[in-house]
Amino acid sequence: MLDELYREIILDHYTRPRNRGRLEPADIVIEGANPSCGDEISVYARVEDGVIQDIRFEGRGCSISQASASMMTERVRGRSLEEVKALIEEFKGMMQGGPAEEDRLGDLVALQGVRKFPVRVKCATLAWVALLQGVREYESGRRAVVTASTEDDL
Amino acid sequence: MPLPADVRKDFPLLQRELDGKPIVYLDSAATSQKPWVVLEALAEYYRTYNANVHRGLYRIAEQATLAYEEARAKVAAFVGARPEEVIFVRGTTEGINLVAYAYGRAHVREGDEILTTEMEHHSNLVPWQLLAQERGARLRVLPLREDGTLDLEQMDRLLTERTRIVAVTHQSNVLGTINPIRTIVDRAHAVGAVVVVDGAQSVPHMPVDVRELGCDFLAFSGHKMCGPTGIGVLWGRLELLEAMPPFHGGGEMIERVELERSTYKSPPHRFEAGTPNIADAIALGVAVDYLRRIGMEAIRAHEKHLMRYALAQLAEVEGVRVYGPRDPEIRGGAVAFTLEGVHPHDVAQVLDSEAICVRAGHHCAQPLHRKLGIQSTTRASVYLYNTPEDVDALVQGLEKVKAFFGLRRA
Repeated sequence: MLDELYREIILDHYTRPRNRGRLEPADIVIEGANPSCGDEISVYARVEDGVIQDIRFEGRGCSISQASASMMTERVRGRSLEEVKALIEEFKGMMQGGPAEEDRLGDLVALQGVRKFPVRVKCATLAWVALLQGVREYESGRRAVVTASTEDDL
Repeated sequence: MPLPADVRKDFPLLQRELDGKPIVYLDSAATSQKPWVVLEALAEYYRTYNANVHRGLYRIAEQATLAYEEARAKVAAFVGARPEEVIFVRGTTEGINLVAYAYGRAHVREGDEILTTEMEHHSNLVPWQLLAQERGARLRVLPLREDGTLDLEQMDRLLTERTRIVAVTHQSNVLGTINPIRTIVDRAHAVGAVVVVDGAQSVPHMPVDVRELGCDFLAFSGHKMCGPTGIGVLWGRLELLEAMPPFHGGGEMIERVELERSTYKSPPHRFEAGTPNIADAIALGVAVDYLRRIGMEAIRAHEKHLMRYALAQLAEVEGVRVYGPRDPEIRGGAVAFTLEGVHPHDVAQVLDSEAICVRAGHHCAQPLHRKLGIQSTTRASVYLYNTPEDVDALVQGLEKVKAFFGLRRA
């Protein structure tokens, strides 16, 4: 049962996280919080011509939240905000029981094992919920540092 | 006086296996398991004398009323109180909110102060924040010391003639610290403040007598003491309860109702509007009988012995850091810890694969974790049915966690 949850690729991203750190300056700065466990994550992104040119994350959390954030950064770099929003929705859909289409989600399908552990789903979506909120803030032109909560993500 | 050797047999859930592994239940600080007698009392009520209390003119209604009030008397005796001082509520949280609402709003005015502590569960913090915000009062906080005990020396500074309420936990649900309630009460009373004690972690695990504690209110939960969920107790000193306005309005709590105004019953019924939680109250009375038969002194001694063993065993696990006092004399049966390099969620998840039930997170004590400089901990907690073998299973489980996340190779 553990192996379904902690697939090798997840443990790999957890022990060797990609794109970890801060970006300064950044066009998107967003904090994500999971009130049920107290985990917090910050996502930074640089946007040019509607495309995410660079992205980093920092924060402390469990293996699932950290690996998911790391995988997310790899997946969204170089993509347009529209594509990113669609990908986030698709990822969240998969985590909520929707289809896991490998040709679109790639390695991310490894995280579908988390679905069997409902309390951990919010760990997996933490960075994604934060980035989605960050993109919305960016598009609205507010550029304020806000906190996105997994509790508000219904 | 040791516990009966076969006490585990009283708890059906502990006989269960998950994937062929026997359950190791180490989360009694969250909720306890239930003995057969409690489960049977619940079923018996519904099966044989299910009727509403206090108004029925038929025999089974009288039987239900009698059993409900008998349960109140049992619970009262369990903490050295009088039955009319015992209000049945949903749990500790509702009990504290009742005090904040009914006593707090009548006595706390603008500029007054409420003193709480840094180790409180959110349920003994947030109701006071709400009250302070509503009344324009000031919430002050007694800090922790490095060793996980309250810094009582700061009380002189923090207790003033404006202090109306002191809200403190008897035992921390994270650190396990048992607080010197009597000392705190004496100093609070000296400035005229009342003391509200969160007994959720103490009443199930040690002898508690409200006259010895000297406090003014004590709240605790049935489900942490072998009883069902949804039932708890607020004890209050009678003269305070008598002077308090109601909490909820409705049936059961009134004497005479006119369209414009009503008069209210005496405590405790003034504070029990609506049909009460009859079945669970009766079952809580049975849980109290069960605990008394085993003996609270014996339970406390058993847990002290287990904690001494657990603290020693955990100290041997490389990478484990335990929080809270090291002296089992001033700590109860809960131990929170971190394992270097592995998040508490992951610790709990791997332990679960060994059928070991522990809790991971902030345990509804975010300010405490912030003070400790951590986001979350893993917590193991024991009760009368735990054994040294459960502690051994935990320690072996932690070695598995380390192996799984590759920490042994590091």
